[in-house]
Parts: sequence; structure tokens; C-alpha cells
Amino acid sequence: MSALASRLVQAVMVAVLIGTATFAMMRALPGDAAWRIAAGRYGYDNVNAQAADAVRQELGLGGPVLPALGRWFADLARLDFGTSLVSGQPVIDEIGHQLGASLQLAVAALLLSLLIGPPLGILAGLRPGGVLDRTLLVLSTGLKAVPQFLMALLLILFLAVHLRWLPAAGHGEARHFILPSLTLALGLAAVNARIARDAMARIAAMPFYRFAQWKGLSPRQALLRHGLRNVSVPLVTYLGLQFVTLVEGVVVVESVFGWPGIGHALVHAIFSRDVPMVQGTALVLGLGFVLVNAGIDLAVRRLDPRVSA
Amino acid sequence: MPRLLPPVPTKLRAKLRATLPAALLATLLAATAPSLAQPADETLDVVAQFEIQAPEPSTSGYIFTRMGLAETLVNAAADGRLEPGLATGWEVSPDGLAWRFVLREGVRFHDDTPMTAEAVANALEIARAKPGPLAGLPIAAITADGDAVAITLTEPLAALPAFLAEFRSQILAPAAYDGDGKGVAIIGTGPYRVTQMTPPLALKATAWDGYWGEAPHIAHVSYTAVSRVETRALMAESGDADFVFALDPASVARLGLSDAVEVHSVAIPRTLLLKVNAAHPFLAEPAVRQALSLAIDREGIARAVLRYPEGAGQLFPPSVADWHNPALEPLAHDIDAARALLGDLGWTPGDDGILRRGDDRFSLTLLTYPDRPELPLVAAVLEQQFRAIGVEVVINTTNSSEIPAGHQDGSLQIALLARNFSLIPDPIGTVLSDYAPTGDWGAMGWDNPAFTALARSLARGEGGAAERAEAARILQEDLPVIPIAWYRQTLAVARDIEGTVIDPWERSFGLPALRRTR
Repeated sequence: MSALASRLVQAVMVAVLIGTATFAMMRALPGDAAWRIAAGRYGYDNVNAQAADAVRQELGLGGPVLPALGRWFADLARLDFGTSLVSGQPVIDEIGHQLGASLQLAVAALLLSLLIGPPLGILAGLRPGGVLDRTLLVLSTGLKAVPQFLMALLLILFLAVHLRWLPAAGHGEARHFILPSLTLALGLAAVNARIARDAMARIAAMPFYRFAQWKGLSPRQALLRHGLRNVSVPLVTYLGLQFVTLVEGVVVVESVFGWPGIGHALVHAIFSRDVPMVQGTALVLGLGFVLVNAGIDLAVRRLDPRVSA
Repeated sequence: MPRLLPPVPTKLRAKLRATLPAALLATLLAATAPSLAQPADETLDVVAQFEIQAPEPSTSGYIFTRMGLAETLVNAAADGRLEPGLATGWEVSPDGLAWRFVLREGVRFHDDTPMTAEAVANALEIARAKPGPLAGLPIAAITADGDAVAITLTEPLAALPAFLAEFRSQILAPAAYDGDGKGVAIIGTGPYRVTQMTPPLALKATAWDGYWGEAPHIAHVSYTAVSRVETRALMAESGDADFVFALDPASVARLGLSDAVEVHSVAIPRTLLLKVNAAHPFLAEPAVRQALSLAIDREGIARAVLRYPEGAGQLFPPSVADWHNPALEPLAHDIDAARALLGDLGWTPGDDGILRRGDDRFSLTLLTYPDRPELPLVAAVLEQQFRAIGVEVVINTTNSSEIPAGHQDGSLQIALLARNFSLIPDPIGTVLSDYAPTGDWGAMGWDNPAFTALARSLARGEGGAAERAEAARILQEDLPVIPIAWYRQTLAVARDIEGTVIDPWERSFGLPALRRTR
């Protein structure tokens, strides 16, 4: 319970810090915000002094800093994220739409990576130095080294253009999930396969595991009863870190596959100085991070009772 | 292999248990793959780079007109001639101040309300209150007048109908706006009506059965915004999209070899040019601007970077027929002549090869923006070509708004940009806003009274071909901006679609005319 309470305090602190930091950073950026917002709204063909003046007048930009930040926090306390300076739509609606799309993609990628990585890692860890172990080392190092942008294009070229199995990009149908989530999953699997392999090799070499086999359990029984649970502890802990990789990856992958997600939205919002949108998006991502870690704490406690003891 | 015998069954099972899910997934994928790749229906899928911000004509309106959702009073033919749109005709009083646009009968908005003169006047008044070309016009009032809309001017403006062909002058139903005039829905009169809109990336539409004109051949269309040009090209190649707009030169070369798509290309009234601050002490003399112009290898840039057949010989491309002046000597490439011109003005090479005059070192900052992927590439080439005549250029690739902002505060030195002369189908609109005498995206620190007078009289409707040719000549001689290349619009269309016509005025995708052959 105390763990949850501390996570709650953490969440509030994250909200205050992120809100203030994004606000300060957006204010500190060089260039006139009215011009940037006008460029975001009207596009490069139509941004001119008249459009920038209209934006400045409409939004009352350039007022004092502290009251503006205070207003944002007051609104936030009422769960009002404000409206986007560029599209004029409520920020909460835009984030809701985009976060949903990103979450779907992230969850699909995570599940796919768990299907690919850990099983191979465990098999490799059971026979350290074997053919599978060495192949997996080369493969996972290689996959991790390929930038996601390149991986995405290679997958599109092979699976969509050459074999014509899957759509190259787009959003809205189940088939559109496969390529972007596979792009993300391969990078994640490359790492969690290594984690699973190292954990498995360590555990398989431990006396209790040897004892389990010595007392007559088959390799399968030993793995299921004594191996998997121990391997899953570092794996689950590492998921928290992989969330960061996912958020990074989502920004790149979303722009390549035309996915209407939060990474895409954040990049555009920063470019056109859409302060409420940047604050809202960063806040949601930050709180998401706290939430994921709280969930992982709970999961690890269930998996390994020693932690809470 | 006897040594494997006893432990194998369990081990194998363990292995299977571990790998089975992955194997199953792979089989499932392979089994369903062919059906996954095929679109379920006969929807025409359009892909372009433009993101939909909101149901707001002043910001995203160009997507709605291109997709055939909304229409304007006046249309433009491929050669730039104005044609009737929602207005069947227009007339102007002898003093040029009172215009009457007679509305087409029997037009219904997508909410099944009739298009009345009041509705049209309402839409235009709302458009005029927002930033855009209408806001800058000498309009006194827009009122309903029986079956027509009357527009009263405070001074004559011959090009008024062309301004009404611009996307921000689109006519939406009164229910499309909220009390403050903000767009809340796209309720237009076009051949397609919106069925689903999910900003920023997607839109679906279906044929509007109350359309006044000919019904489209393909009933369902979708629009997807994909900002990366590589992805758009791959979507065309893989058959995901039927109509892919705006391709980069490298993709055009590759898609040209594909059996799945046909690449279409047409010259459009858009020019790649170098905006020059003529008030800057280094750039004030026309001879310096001529020297910079002579340093540019336009053929090289056109062929190697843009993969176009030729560079720009003057500001207005041949597609802007009224303003292109074929009698003008094309802009040339001559490094020795450029060096000589600068030498005559007292610039001599320093130790580092960069020109000096007194304490001045000929170094300039060039602004450009990455929204159009070719701009940073061309900027890098220009840096090399200017260095060859002893001019140093520091490239700053930044937000597009830095160019008009730098124009306003006078800090801009030179900028590389792509300027569209077709936003308003009569280029006089852009000429007036950019060169009479200066403009955010045109001339800077330049004032040629003869040109300004000429442009203003042309805008009032006085003068004709001879005056326009003279205006083009002044721009060629004085070089307030230095033209580099004339753009082409390229798009890829699936082979089983016919009827593609590229609109050089970038107003329409021409979807209603497309039909499937299979």
C-alpha cells in the first residue's frame, strides 16, 4: 500500500515538474510563437504577417509568464487541458484520440516482442554456448543495431512491396497493425531475448536448479516449476525500461507508417509551438510512465514474494 | 542417433511449447496475408502530405476542395481561364465597383438545405473575417441580392472572380460554422460528402446523391495524410493507395519502372526562387543580384537534384501563359561574368577565397525550410555554386515562418523558397502581394515605382498582354528575387484507374472523373 502511495506522490510531482518544464522550455525557444503557430495553422504557402497578427490577437500571446502558467495548473486541477493553439480543438480530445492509437500500437508491439524474444532467449540460456545461443547473440545484436527508421523501410520493401502480403502504411484496420508493431517488436525482442537468455543461463547454473533435475524432474518440469518464474522477474522489471524505448520508437515508427499517434502529435506540436498540446502530451506520457512502473512493482511483488518481505 | 533418444520427447515438447506461439502466429499471418493485403471494398484511396487540422476552411480548406467536398463560386480551367462554378456567371458595373455573381439553381448542401444567396454571402463574409486573400481586398460589403451575391468594392479590382476561386472562398452551409464563424463541420456542395473525419490523418467520403452536376464514377473515396514522401511512394508501389500525390524525384524514377502504377507529371505555376534583401548593403546594386544569378547552374540543379528537364529562364513559368514573356533572354550561367561584375563593384578575393570590400566580407545567411524536402538539398548546392564566385553562404534550415518574420523585421538576408503563383488562379494576386513593391514571400527592400504602378493598373483591369510582358521584363532585369527552377507536380495512380487529369492550379484532385477499368 505504501508503495502505491509513494507512486501517487510521484505522479503529482511528475505532473508539476513536466507542466512547468515544458512551459518554460516552450517559452525559452527562440522565434516568435505567433509566427510559428500561424505557420502550423496555415502552412508555408499562406503564412504571412497578416496571419501572424491575427494569431497574436486571437490568442493574446506575449502576456506575463507566471499568470499563464498558473492558469494552466488551475485548469488542470479541473481536468481541463485547454485547447490546441493550432487546430482549435480541445487538447483532451486530440490526446484521447492519439494516445489510443499509440497505446494499441505499443501493446501490440510489446506482446509480439514477448512472443518472439523470451522463448528464444530461454532456449538459448538452457544451452549456453550452443548454436542457438551464438546465433541469437549475432541476431539480437544486429537487430538492435538497425535503426528503426531503416528497419521500417526494409520491412515495407520486403513484406509490402515485394511479397504484397501487407499494406505499406495506413491506419484503421487490423492489417495495418502488423508492420509497425513488428518494427517495434523486433527491436524490443532483440533486448528481452538477451535478458531472458542471461537470466536462464544464470538460473540453470544455480544449485537449486541442478538439484531439481537431480531429484528426477524432467527438463520440462524443472523449467516450468523452477525456471520460468525466476526468469520472469528481470524480464518484467525490464519492461519498465522498454516503455522508454517504445515511446522513442513510436515517434519514428508513427511518422514512417502514417500512424495518428501521440509521438506524431508531439513532434508537430513542438514544431508549431502549440504549448497546451505539448504540455498535455508530455504530461500524459509522464503519468503513463509512473503508471507502468507502479504496475510493474505490483507484478514483481506477486512474482517474487521476497521483494515485499 | 541413439544418444538423443531418451530425453528427446520431453525436450522437444518443451521446445515446441516455447516456439509454438511464434510458429502459429507465422502460419496465421501467412494464411491470412493475401486477404490482408487486398482492400475489402472498391474505395478509391487517396494519399497526400497534407494533414487535416479541423473542419475549418481557412486552415484545411485546400483538402476539402481537392477532395471534391466543397466548391467555390468560380473554377479555373487547366489553362487558367476562369469558369463558372457555383456561380453561373458574373458581371461588373461600368465603374468596376459593383459585382454580381449569379448563383447556380438547384444546388443543395450536404445537409440537404438549398444553397441560397444568404448562405453564400454568409460563407464569404466569414472567410473575409479570417486571415486570407479576401481579407486584404477593398471589399465594402457582400450581400444577398435575389438569385445572386452582390460584392461592393471601394476601388476597382478586375481579378475579383479569381479570388473567389481560391480555397478559402469555398461555400459551406450556415450549419458548418459556429456562432463565432469557426468551422465545425464540412457541409459543402461538392460531388462527395464527408462520412467520417478523424483529424489529423484521415477522412472518408461518399458520393452525394443530391449533387447538381454529373455523379462521380467511383462512389467511395478515402483520404489519408502521410507526411513522409518515402512512405507515400511505397504505398503507391505496394498497391495500398490508388492515387498518391506529391512524389520526390528519386521515387518518381523508381515508380516509373513499376507495373502497378503510372506516374503523371505536369508543370505547375510554382517557382523555386531565391528571395534577396535588396536593402542589405551587399545586395543593393542590381549588378550584385545579377552576379548571384549568373553563379547559379540552373540546368545542373534541375537535372541532378529535381530531375526536371530544364531550369527556370525567368520568374513566371510557361504555364502562367499571360505572364510568361517568351521574348526575354533566359537567365544564364556564367561564372566569369559573375566574378567580373563583382570585381567592378570593388569586391576582391581575400586569402580564404571569399570576396572582401574594405572591412566587409561577402558572407550571407540563407534561410530555408524542410517542409519541402528539395529545399535543403538545393540550398547545399547553392552554397557550393556561390562559393565558386567568392560568396560565402551559411545555411539555416528552420521553420517556414522565419522567412516572413525576417522580412518584417528586416533581418533576412537571402532565403530559398517555393512560391505558388496559383493560390489565386490569376497571378496578379500574387504579383500584387509579393512585388508591389514588396511582400513576405516576394521582393524585399526593393521599390520599383514603375513596376508597382504597372501592377496596380493591371489589377484594376487596365492594360493587357503588353503591360504584363513589360512587368515580367522589369522583374528579369532588376531581379528582386532570383528564379531557379519551375516546379512540376508528380503523382502516381494505380494502373487500373483511368481519367487522371492533374490540375496545374492545385485546386482539385479530379476524383469525380476517375474510373476503374477492372
